[in-house]
Amino acid sequence: MSSLILFLLISVSLEQIVILHNRFNQLSHNSDVLRREDLRKIPDLACNPIQSQIVEAFFDERNFKKGGEGSVQEIGFEEFLTVMSYFRPPETHLTAEQKEEIRRTKMRFLFNMHDTDNDGTITLEEYRHVVEELLSRSGSLGKETAKSIADAAMLEVASISMGRMILKELEIETRMNIHFLNMDTTFFCK
Amino acid sequence: MTARTRFCGGLLRISRALRTVALSLVTGCVFSVHASFGAVHGDNDTSHSSGHGTHTKTHNTTYPATRAFPVLTVNYDHVRKPFEISLWILLASLMKLGFHYIPRVSSVVPESCVLIVVGLLVGGLIRLLGETLPVLDTQLFFLCLLPPIILDAGYFLPTRPFTENLGTILVFAVVGTVWNSFFIGVVLYGVCQIEREQLAAVDLLACLLFGSIASAVDPVAVLAVFEEIHINELLHILVFGESLLNDAVTVVLYHLFEEFASEGQVTVVDACLGMVCFFVVAFGGILVGTVFGLVAAVTSRFTAHSRVIEPLFVFLYSYMAYLSAEVFHLSGIMALIACGVVMRPYVEANISHKSYTTVKNVLKMWSSVSETLIFIFLGVSTVAGPHSWNWAFVIITIFLCLISRVMGVVGLTFIINKFRMVKLTGKDQFIVAYGGLRGAIAFSLAFLLPSDHFPMKNMFLTAIITLIFFTVFVQGMTIRPLVDLLAVKKKKQTKFTINEEIHSQFINHMLSGIENVCGHYGHHHWRDKLSRFNKYYVKKWLIAGERSQEPQLISFYNKLELKQALLVAESGSAANIGPGLSSAALLSAQSQKQRTVMKNISKEREEEIRKILRANLQKTRQRLHSYNRHTLVLEEEDEWSTVQLRRQRVELEKRMTHYLTVSASGWDSPPVRRARFQSDSQEYMAKPSAPVSIPAINMELVSAPPGSLALLEEVTDQAQQSQDEGCGMHANSHEEKSMKPNVTFALELEKQKLSRCLSDPGPNKIEVEAEEKEHFLS
Repeated sequence: MSSLILFLLISVSLEQIVILHNRFNQLSHNSDVLRREDLRKIPDLACNPIQSQIVEAFFDERNFKKGGEGSVQEIGFEEFLTVMSYFRPPETHLTAEQKEEIRRTKMRFLFNMHDTDNDGTITLEEYRHVVEELLSRSGSLGKETAKSIADAAMLEVASISMGRMILKELEIETRMNIHFLNMDTTFFCK
Repeated sequence: MTARTRFCGGLLRISRALRTVALSLVTGCVFSVHASFGAVHGDNDTSHSSGHGTHTKTHNTTYPATRAFPVLTVNYDHVRKPFEISLWILLASLMKLGFHYIPRVSSVVPESCVLIVVGLLVGGLIRLLGETLPVLDTQLFFLCLLPPIILDAGYFLPTRPFTENLGTILVFAVVGTVWNSFFIGVVLYGVCQIEREQLAAVDLLACLLFGSIASAVDPVAVLAVFEEIHINELLHILVFGESLLNDAVTVVLYHLFEEFASEGQVTVVDACLGMVCFFVVAFGGILVGTVFGLVAAVTSRFTAHSRVIEPLFVFLYSYMAYLSAEVFHLSGIMALIACGVVMRPYVEANISHKSYTTVKNVLKMWSSVSETLIFIFLGVSTVAGPHSWNWAFVIITIFLCLISRVMGVVGLTFIINKFRMVKLTGKDQFIVAYGGLRGAIAFSLAFLLPSDHFPMKNMFLTAIITLIFFTVFVQGMTIRPLVDLLAVKKKKQTKFTINEEIHSQFINHMLSGIENVCGHYGHHHWRDKLSRFNKYYVKKWLIAGERSQEPQLISFYNKLELKQALLVAESGSAANIGPGLSSAALLSAQSQKQRTVMKNISKEREEEIRKILRANLQKTRQRLHSYNRHTLVLEEEDEWSTVQLRRQRVELEKRMTHYLTVSASGWDSPPVRRARFQSDSQEYMAKPSAPVSIPAINMELVSAPPGSLALLEEVTDQAQQSQDEGCGMHANSHEEKSMKPNVTFALELEKQKLSRCLSDPGPNKIEVEAEEKEHFLS
């Protein structure tokens, strides 16, 4: 536990840990563990098209940096914090390798979110599923459209022959960040 | 081409250009001899009335009894004004043409500089001829020349980077401009006090007013220069956004100081009212613009029957927004931008493709002509205007402007960087500071000063003109080499890939989801809320029919498909379709670069691809049978030569025309189709290609037999030899596979294009497909 806290202290500041701890308690109703249902109860999250994937990400052992596989039913605060630490904005004074490392971890997180069956590859089905989810909130359209879009996208990846290039250009390390400051969760609690 | 022919060719070009230039100059000058462009002159009226006099019979002069019937008369006064206006515009456009024929110049000197020089020349010529010079009338400038440029900028404003950096832009625009004005004003006042002799008359308020005029970064100048240097999106939007938004500040400060200067004293209440005024001006302008934008969006919902006048609504509503804001002395520029930004997504969903193209082209044309005219007139006014040169004042002004800009940018960035995730580096700050060009707005504002209150108006004018010249010439010319020298990031080559779009959306949703988990109401949360509000409430009212349901991904996908299909149609055959959907890939396919890329795919990559294809093929095979009615029976093909594909295509077309309840002559007789489309109240089916092309895809996938795996290898081997066998032999498996769906999509959209060409029915719709879908569903 202590080594993990040490690691987390490097990547997330103490103040942020306190804030996140408050939020954790709020979500889990002051118990020690968080379950999927607790996350699903967040009202704003219900409107999110990829809600299930986000919730799964918290329970996916591959994101816990301990080298595990599979998924768990409930998580404690350290796992919650670990997942949150993927979104910490990077410092400005980092070396190139550190930035690369950060980008790789973030991309791995994204990859794990896509790879729902935990087999280490993203198949067409999984990608299609992602697209369907993204479009699911639009109501009328449905499966055919999603399917053709996913097909086309997958073919594009295959044809460009460097699927990773796409993600690189998205500049993940700059986009996939959340300000953990100014989070007055007690005020905004639901 | 030998050196000699090149030399002759170059000479020829230059002489041609010079001839054009000379000719236009001469014609322009000859006819603008009596130019009273915009300014009211007494003789104009009398000449007009005398012109009219000969036409009216209510003149008390006796009608001469003996007079031969005049066969040919000259009456220039009759058409003078429109004639001169057209001539000036023609002159400006010819200058623009000529500019590009002098290659060396166009790569070193930005266009704005050349135009100012031309204006100087023209002005000098007119003065030599001893005639009155047309001056840049402020009325003309603010009402006719400026709006097209701002509308063009606002309509095509890239909203995503703009909103992401809105905080930064606002800080630069508001705080930066205020800082600049006060700094310049106060220090200049100090200098004037020191330099007692000539400048004693300049009091503090006048200096502050001058400071506010001189500190405004000008959107026209910035656009003109930045468009040529192609820096990255962030910097572009920062400087440009700042130049647009500081109009509100400039307007307020200008009126404020003008009021105070004429009254002579300032109270605290006045100062507070000034601040309130700023908010009123800014938000009032935005409100006016938004209202007009929404009205325009609603109007465009009903233009289904008269597509021809759709672009007119866009222009008229925007112009009305500008004028309405100007009535109340609100910020017209902000109104115009708000109108364009609000209007755009809804109007674009409603108007037809051709109208969209019209809007785009007309805006670009207008703004280009306006810009040219502005710079030329700037040059002419320089020659014309009464000048009173004061070395100290002018030099200090330029110096102060530079210093205050640098200080402002650096100081503000220091504060802003604490709140930004992507920090602004020193290089960025330098470009932002260096890119603060002044332009015609400053000149016009200075020109507007009433000379009775401001005895030193001429001095101000001279200083402003010198400042403008300095920024445009020196900074404008040197910014390009500096950008290269500092290795500032340039604009990325945009590659519209569907993958990027999917991933972008995915990340956005993920971030807002995580924000929800954190309980943090951040940027993503609000953006999500806004888009949800937009979708559920606003779009219903503002977008006609089914299109309101269309999610962004679909419309993006459609646009991509349309683009590609048009490219295919233009290139004439299915043969040149590249893999995937990216048009960049498509174009490069035509240049054969693609082939080399394809060859380098490693074996394990191919294995992955085959695995994907296999999975896809197997799955879709089962589904095929349920769509029997739409399945087009095709013989299983082993080779993909051009001929066979074409045959396939023709057959597909035949089948489609058979299934779709179109009259036999449907595709051929425009009048019939037009008659049908007249009654188009059909809703747009969100994905037009969906109903028809799905079976097509399935069919084609299946018809690639399991032996396609063998085909893959065969194809990759043949890639080298089969240069000319056209389509299929373009090399790789996935390319073929992608070719097939793309062919059908291309067909779909070609038909759409066809229908649109014939009767321009609407954005993305074929009536027949609605019927098709009904069959499909029943």
